[in-house]
Amino acid sequence: MKAWLAILARDLRLARRVGAGAELGLVFFLILVSLLPFAIGADQRFISRIAPAFLWLSALLATLLGLDRLLQADEEEGVLDQFLLAGAPLEWLLLAKALAHWLVTGLPLSLVAPLLGLMLAIEPQAMIPLALSLLVGTPALTLIGLIGAALTVSLKRGGLLLSVLVLPLTVPTLIFGATLVKEAALGRAFTTPLMLLGGMTLLMLVIAPVSAAAALRHARQ
Amino acid sequence: MAPLSTLGTVNAPALAIRGLAMTRGYRTLFRDLDLDLAPGQVLQLTGPNGTGKSTLIRLVAGFLRPDAGSIRWSPLPEELSPGEWLHYSGHHEGLRDGLTAHDNVCTLASLLGGDPSRAEAALAEVGAGPLAELPVEVLSAGQRRRVALARLLAAPRPVWLLDEPFTALDRDGQALVRRLIAAHAEAGGIVIAATHQPLDLPEMRHLALGGPAA
Repeated sequence: MKAWLAILARDLRLARRVGAGAELGLVFFLILVSLLPFAIGADQRFISRIAPAFLWLSALLATLLGLDRLLQADEEEGVLDQFLLAGAPLEWLLLAKALAHWLVTGLPLSLVAPLLGLMLAIEPQAMIPLALSLLVGTPALTLIGLIGAALTVSLKRGGLLLSVLVLPLTVPTLIFGATLVKEAALGRAFTTPLMLLGGMTLLMLVIAPVSAAAALRHARQ
Repeated sequence: MAPLSTLGTVNAPALAIRGLAMTRGYRTLFRDLDLDLAPGQVLQLTGPNGTGKSTLIRLVAGFLRPDAGSIRWSPLPEELSPGEWLHYSGHHEGLRDGLTAHDNVCTLASLLGGDPSRAEAALAEVGAGPLAELPVEVLSAGQRRRVALARLLAAPRPVWLLDEPFTALDRDGQALVRRLIAAHAEAGGIVIAATHQPLDLPEMRHLALGGPAA
């Protein structure tokens, strides 16, 4: 547990540095969302209709930002070698890194999303469900990204490959997340997509650390 | 306060390597390698570049799986997870840019089951005390190496695997490494060091890789 907390605290401290990407994801999200009305024009009803899908897409892309450095920086400095010698399992330590990443990207994104929803004229009754869907769904995105980051850890320019690997895997999360917000905007119950979204996150919580650790161990051979 | 490097004795397990073989690419680095190390012994690995010194050390660390043969440690307390009795210090120091030397050593100490509160004393011991509050990216290569050595003291472990421990160190630093190795062996620890610098220890094992047969 001590090792786990040390890694979590270290990654949070690293994220506070200027240009480390923590606040950058949020700014990227903001810019994407504010670009949409420029591209579409003043058709408020249309924007309002595609807002749930677009907000979720933007959140997805903002989460991807910086994922390529999630493990690569540690690998280059030889820190991952030290992870392998720690008393705690590598899977467990990778979970600490994923949590740190989510705390500085997914969490602020979820909290800010309702405000940005306002910019896109989203229905008022969908604002809280929007934040909720991102809170429940973005951990899955980070965890899927963790697998991609582990697979591309030894590639010098792995960022693009990482996106290509990771984006298809995020489709279920995207579907359930965007559906949840759409249903809420229409004033309908959204329990089913919420449950499915939660299920995705729980599934990834189990799969991602194990696969990422396996990928890292294999990369050493 | 006693210097950290001479604190107590360590119970190192004995190392037994049998019939070890390793191929990288199309090149057989070594085959049928046997090696025994008892607690308190120091092994110096030498050999021309590219003959597998680093590979052997990474094999012993458990990062790589050998093509054939076995690497056994005994006796080992059962509650230890793989690698928990080892220190590995390689070409990359394991320090993360953006954090201070002190934070880096604290994190590594917690990660490796040591005591983060010893970080300061450990840094002072390796002559990096005044650097503690500097971010490691502003340090010189030799200073970084010293900071990296501090974790050996902040998280005591019985077996040290040192890959080129003298790189970038000044004369003082090299003497420091020799002193640390000698003190660790004296206390009953095992050290495997890949280096061509003389270690100047009275009792020392020696293994030269990449003989004419290889």
